Amino acid sequence: MSEKVLLDADAIDRTLTRIAHEILEKKPGEDGLALVGIRTGGAQLAERLQAKIEIIEGRAIPCGALDITLYRDDLALKKGRPVLHRTEIDFDLDGKDVILVDDVLYTGRTVRAALDALMALGRPKRIQLAVLVDRGHRELPIRADYVGRNQPTAENERVKLVDADDASKSALLLLPGGEGH
Amino acid sequence: MEFTRKDLVDIASLSPEEITAILDTAGAMKEVLQRDRKKVPTLQGKTVVNLFFEPSTRTRVSFELAAKRLSADMINISASTSSVTKNETLLDTVHNLEAMQADYVVVRHPLSGAAALLSKNCRASVINAGDGAHEHPSQALLDAFTIRERLGAIKGLKVLIVGDITHSRVARSNFFLLQKLGAKVLFSGPGTLIPDSFRELGAEVYENLDDALAEADVVMMLRVQFERMQGAFFPSQREYARRFGLNMARLQQLKKDAIVMHPGPVNRGLELAPEIADGPRSVILDQVSNGIATRMAIFYLLSNEEAAA
Repeated sequence: MSEKVLLDADAIDRTLTRIAHEILEKKPGEDGLALVGIRTGGAQLAERLQAKIEIIEGRAIPCGALDITLYRDDLALKKGRPVLHRTEIDFDLDGKDVILVDDVLYTGRTVRAALDALMALGRPKRIQLAVLVDRGHRELPIRADYVGRNQPTAENERVKLVDADDASKSALLLLPGGEGH
Repeated sequence: MEFTRKDLVDIASLSPEEITAILDTAGAMKEVLQRDRKKVPTLQGKTVVNLFFEPSTRTRVSFELAAKRLSADMINISASTSSVTKNETLLDTVHNLEAMQADYVVVRHPLSGAAALLSKNCRASVINAGDGAHEHPSQALLDAFTIRERLGAIKGLKVLIVGDITHSRVARSNFFLLQKLGAKVLFSGPGTLIPDSFRELGAEVYENLDDALAEADVVMMLRVQFERMQGAFFPSQREYARRFGLNMARLQQLKKDAIVMHPGPVNRGLELAPEIADGPRSVILDQVSNGIATRMAIFYLLSNEEAAA
């Protein structure tokens, strides 16, 4: 099986616009909204969502990037250690409605680690989850509040987001194996 | 890059890429240390043993805090309270610790090569916290991290290391590391305390400290290690301070953004004037803080593959 484009650049842009509207519909007029993207793909998508919300609402909401590596439950199973990135959340999480953003929802273990990492940084009032694609195969009882696309996949397939930060080039790909979620 | 070493015994065998990976990881760890809650669950369930055959408060506590920030369990063993006093060998001590499921052994030993011996003979990840006059890799890494943090990069810098080079594992580890990352290393100190081998490896040696000061971006003052000196290497402390001590007059010769380092503990008034140690050029306390982040990075990156399998 060769590579297949699940969402092209235009489709990703439309999907993010829709998710931005859905987020705002559920939280009309609230000031306590914040976006936190999971590094690396989720962080870039969160920034794009932030820009869209600013256009729609006319106000900027805080946006941060979360590195979940230190909270992963599979470090002992790996031979090498994954590269650490910095968590950059320069606003107070306490009392905020936080939208956690990721590119691909798969086993749920990344989101589990992200929840632990967020709770260590503060006490949000509520955490919701937005993902570009839900590919199934959950290993933990986790579901997303905002889903760009539900895409049933086989376990030996991979889903990969490329150029997440570039609205004109980004694409969501389904691959036969190798790198990706 | 993927870091796949089991042990950290020396700087000499590390590649520039491996060193950079440790420094980058330390940067991410420093962010953790700036949080309100300075603890992550990464090494939950792992056991770290501090095995110290020489007294050291700073290094021991730094490794201990680093392990605790990563949620590992930590045991301290010092030679005076261990079975070493009952003639147990070093390898026996470590095999016993392994039998108690230790995952990491941080070892400080008066004999060069002790850490290498352990690394070859035990399953746990071995971290050298100073072996004789050989190496002190975590100190060199935290020094490099501090230099990079203050001056932006290491490549192209001139680092002047001053004092007792012969007995200093800090000087050796720093020399190897700084050269690997593209800095130039200058040495200054009494002729009796600079081994010729460093000249052969490409270090510039200045018998007169004043000749080297104006060139340096970093001045690293070493502690005079009276406890290691069996003979008389210089006539008197007063003469040492006059010829190789960093005083206010000498400070004026430095470039305006040059920094002053010291691995501690400082013999105040001997290697460094107190007002310099506490002054704006000094990064001595940054070195202490960065030591924790650097050692967290070391714990994180070393993996005990056999134990994980």
